Amino acid sequence: MTTYIIRRLLMALIIVILVTLIVFFVIRLLPGDPLLIFLGQNAAVEQMTEEKINQLRKEYGLDKPVMIQYVNWINDLLRGDLGRSITYRDNVGTLLKERFPVTIHIGVIAFILGNVLGIALGVVSAMRRGTWIDTVATLISYIGITIPVFWLGLLMIYVFGLQLGWLPITGYVSPFKDFWESTKSIIMPVICLMITGLAVIARQTRSSMLEVSQQDYIRTAWSKGLRERYIVFGHMLKNGLIPVVTLLGIGVGIIFGGSVLVETVFAIPGVGRLLVTAVFQQDYVVVQSGVLVLSFIVIISNLLVDISYGWLDPRIRYS
Amino acid sequence: MKEQSASGSFSEAPPRVNEWKRFWRVFLQRKLVMIGLVILLFIAICAVFAPVLAPHDPYRGNMREALAQPSMKYWLGTDIQGRDVLSRLIYGARTVLLVGFVTVGIAASLGIVLGIIAGFYGGVINLIIMRIMDALMGFPMILLALMIAAILGGGIQNVIIALSVATIPGYCRVMCGMTLAIRENDYILAQKALGSNNSRIIFQHILPNSLPPMIVLITLQLGSLILAEAGLSFLGIGIKPPGAAWGAMVSDGYGYLMTNPVLSFAPGLAIMLAVFGFNLVGDGLRDALDPRLRGLL
Repeated sequence: MTTYIIRRLLMALIIVILVTLIVFFVIRLLPGDPLLIFLGQNAAVEQMTEEKINQLRKEYGLDKPVMIQYVNWINDLLRGDLGRSITYRDNVGTLLKERFPVTIHIGVIAFILGNVLGIALGVVSAMRRGTWIDTVATLISYIGITIPVFWLGLLMIYVFGLQLGWLPITGYVSPFKDFWESTKSIIMPVICLMITGLAVIARQTRSSMLEVSQQDYIRTAWSKGLRERYIVFGHMLKNGLIPVVTLLGIGVGIIFGGSVLVETVFAIPGVGRLLVTAVFQQDYVVVQSGVLVLSFIVIISNLLVDISYGWLDPRIRYS
Repeated sequence: MKEQSASGSFSEAPPRVNEWKRFWRVFLQRKLVMIGLVILLFIAICAVFAPVLAPHDPYRGNMREALAQPSMKYWLGTDIQGRDVLSRLIYGARTVLLVGFVTVGIAASLGIVLGIIAGFYGGVINLIIMRIMDALMGFPMILLALMIAAILGGGIQNVIIALSVATIPGYCRVMCGMTLAIRENDYILAQKALGSNNSRIIFQHILPNSLPPMIVLITLQLGSLILAEAGLSFLGIGIKPPGAAWGAMVSDGYGYLMTNPVLSFAPGLAIMLAVFGFNLVGDGLRDALDPRLRGLL
């Protein structure tokens, strides 16, 4: 197990390095002077004097070779310096620190609810295969996979916000300020964020539960006269959920990808919205660091999933 | 077709059935697949015959009739610029299919080539290619697209580039896995012994054998590409105005949700239908092409 974990850790480290390389060089693909990365697209570089440009280049370290620039950038990152935003005139680290709690608050709740409900839905529809429960569950998972999350948000805003007036349409309230208002403000965003993951998990759970139910030891368990509850929770879930675990890492990616859209629809001041506005303001440093931090979290969750997968299924560990 | 006697007294093997016949039977006998095919056909017809089908000009509107409610003249009403929503919906089918198919074409061909190289040559090459793919997979698709769009600017071409880069790893991984699995077969060894060179093995054996899972992946991928494209154009990155994209139409209608909800509802429904169609057909293909069912049914 230890060698397995070490191997996975090394692999994750390599991936992190590659991700930083990709992010760094994609940003350098920007047409025009690389100074624009730090000054913004609207900076009139052409009109500056040669002297001024050279001075700015030196200031941002652009006079050095690209690889040195990369190493310097990594150095800054490791010291927690994510660069400066052009529009906010503030450290990107500070900007992210303000917005991360919001995204994490909504994201974690959506992640937990989506997985729990998805597994429950999958188990129920597998155990009651062919009944109306199965049909409803299949329908829900089809809708979850096909519906555009931003459109679902809009529909909910129309029904629960505008027509019924039950929930606030947009905005976010911190749970530490007013717990009840906060809960009300995140109900619709959480549903939007979790629906895709829920559907994917439900489908996988259903099919792997059906596969497990064909196994000899399950037939034995039935013929021993064990109760259904015991067979499902004691025997089937244990093995049926192993393939579902691999999807948890993907789920984290779905949540972060979705938060970009959902935070825009509901005007929630989170990381996703910060990134979208940064794209429009051509605030490249924010885009670069924000994408990097989110991918870093996705990689770590994938690593954790891999490790737990090896722990759950010894066949993986030794292959 | 070879029909065997049904006695089966000395053989457990099921009677052999023509592959194509079996495929079509499994594929078409399912109602859901038919529904999916009808939806896709409908969208394709809208895209191809858009100039004929659209009742009005999708790009030029009549400002005096801006935000008109649905009526006999404008079935789905008009938007803020007085443009007919139905016509824009019909033209939007072109955007969706264009982005979807071009992206899949680019991403699948690059992914397949890289996957075969990684799987066939193995070793260091495999390590390098697959780790880069892992790294690309570390980004949520929409974030990677967002970053690329931030650099290159919006526009349909850059959306295609962004989504292609984001989806290459999926094809590459599957193709690499298939290549590794097929390479181990005894008949490949036999081919090598007979003196076949690598390109013959790749084109005659590995590619045709990995076609079925690739077709399934491509069909299902089209669904998620449509969602991603819609998401990007909803955010305002994507086709430039006055071009018609369903995602952008949803976002344009956002401000008039109270008075003209159909502005947002109709394009969203169109996106969902398109994704639904590709998913139904993809699922049907997966079942029909399942090698475990080969020779049966």
